[in-house]
Amino acid sequence: MEQFFQQLTNGLAVGGIYALIALGYTMVYGVLKLINFAHGDLFTIGSYLGLTLLTSMALTDKLGPFFGILLLAVMVMILVGIVGILLDQVAYRPLRESPRLSAVVSALGASIFFQNTIMLIYGASFHVYPQNILPRMVVNVFGLHIPMIRILVLLASVVMMLALYTFIQKTTIGTAIRAAAEDQGAAKLMGIDVNGVIMIVFFIGPALGGAAGLMVGLYYGQVNFTMGWIYGLKAFTAAILGGIGNIPGAMVGGILLGVIEALGAAYISIAWKDAIAFLVLILILIVRPTGLLGERVAEKI
Amino acid sequence: MKDQRNLIYAGFALLLLLSPLFLNRYWVDVLNSVGLYAILGLSLNIIVGYAGMFHMGHAAFYAVGAYTTAILNTTYGVPVLWAMPLSGFLAGLFALIVARPIIHLRGDYLLIVTIGLVEIVRIALINDVFGITGGSNGIFGIDRPEIFGYRIRKPAQFFYLIWAFAAVTVYLFHRLENSRFGRALTYLREDEVAAEGSGINTAHYKLAAFVIGAIWAGMIGTVFAAKMTIVSPESFSFWESVVMFMIVILGGSGSIPGVILGAFLVIGLPELFRGFANARMLFFGAAMVFMMIFRTQGIIPPRPRKYPIDEATP
Repeated sequence: MEQFFQQLTNGLAVGGIYALIALGYTMVYGVLKLINFAHGDLFTIGSYLGLTLLTSMALTDKLGPFFGILLLAVMVMILVGIVGILLDQVAYRPLRESPRLSAVVSALGASIFFQNTIMLIYGASFHVYPQNILPRMVVNVFGLHIPMIRILVLLASVVMMLALYTFIQKTTIGTAIRAAAEDQGAAKLMGIDVNGVIMIVFFIGPALGGAAGLMVGLYYGQVNFTMGWIYGLKAFTAAILGGIGNIPGAMVGGILLGVIEALGAAYISIAWKDAIAFLVLILILIVRPTGLLGERVAEKI
Repeated sequence: MKDQRNLIYAGFALLLLLSPLFLNRYWVDVLNSVGLYAILGLSLNIIVGYAGMFHMGHAAFYAVGAYTTAILNTTYGVPVLWAMPLSGFLAGLFALIVARPIIHLRGDYLLIVTIGLVEIVRIALINDVFGITGGSNGIFGIDRPEIFGYRIRKPAQFFYLIWAFAAVTVYLFHRLENSRFGRALTYLREDEVAAEGSGINTAHYKLAAFVIGAIWAGMIGTVFAAKMTIVSPESFSFWESVVMFMIVILGGSGSIPGVILGAFLVIGLPELFRGFANARMLFFGAAMVFMMIFRTQGIIPPRPRKYPIDEATP
């Protein structure tokens, strides 16, 4: 039982990270119907920026671990968000009216570009996060010994998701984003600045992805320039699992995928871990072709 | 206009035919890769270009073909090229089985499922499924192909084998493009509901496109296995599928000359950028973005179909 709960909490933490990345995919998809294949690399940029800022500025020494990490996260999010906006302006904006798959190839090109930029700057080897930033604490929760960092990661992702959800549901900008996702033409007629909305989406999505990158660095302690591919793929899977374009769907899909993977690796076979995740996805899509929370789209006649 | 275009194609074909005479082994080998990917691109083009399905898992079918050849050759001693029909058949059968339940998924949902498919196949190969795939090392020691007792060994010899296969592929797929089947796929891509309303069995045609593409990928798997003499799971990663996908879209989805040009660009450009050493893929990524921005339909998009009036009215 101990092992089950250990795996469950681990799965929840990893799922939270997947969910944060998945939100970037799903928000961009909602507004532009574009799969931003470079999103995984924005996540990698987040983790490398986090590493650089952490080691060069020694924030945690000056401000203490908590505020240090918090300030670091804010800086990483803003910087990655700006990269996201630039990415959209350069690689996607000229392709708004073109066939959808053209934008996908542009995204793949951007992904190759980012990946190799990171490799040229930092080198191809694994980079290790400093080990002594957060106190190595193990918390006793109902007799379970859970590492502090796992709880923090889960907590941080839940807080960010709740904040995003409130922002999307309650604020004017959030309403504009929902309107643009629903029907861009109608939103324009209602006086919504759709280009502005797209810019905001391309700031928020990558910012969350960058935060997830920082969290992976802190959680696993090492980062590599190719890790964006696999995390991006997993998060994209999560977004589809929940129904792409649907924000709560991405959250549910991410957490679910993390848990399935952790339990599958523990109880079925670690070598088949990734295959299990995809198999579950395929089975769910066979039964529910638009994901768990995706709406049924009426066929146009 | 049409004559001029044919002249360009003929000149290009002639240049290609003679290229092993003046290129060194290295560049002939690059052209071999280009040829393999051109054929793969053409087979994927049936699914993505003609039928308009988002399929990013073509490496799965390629892998089935290559592994079938490798196993038949190393375990049962079947000559490499004789394994080709069975490789194509098994890849097609595999496509038929896996595509049946997923064929109705909409665009992006189909995309992730096909990505999942290629990952599952790769992981299955690494985990030595059925105990015959050799795990992560793969299978090595595959024989060189033999044609009429003539053993194919050097890059230049492979060059003619691969490009002959490419020529046959171009001819057949060109015929397919203009057939009733090809027209049905185009209709399906442009408007699925209208196509169904006009009596086209969409599920049937989509599945047929998938299976034909897979059969072809499986047969190229044979050539790949023969050329490399080794097959391993890493040759059939998700990235391979992405490369094929980029070839089709970058060159011009649905256009045969476009896809061949796409193969030259996607496989050839990183070689040309070799002078930039480590930064070559960086330039390649940027080049892809810019090519897509300046030619949003692909570099050579398919030409609109024209039917002369005197042919249509009797």
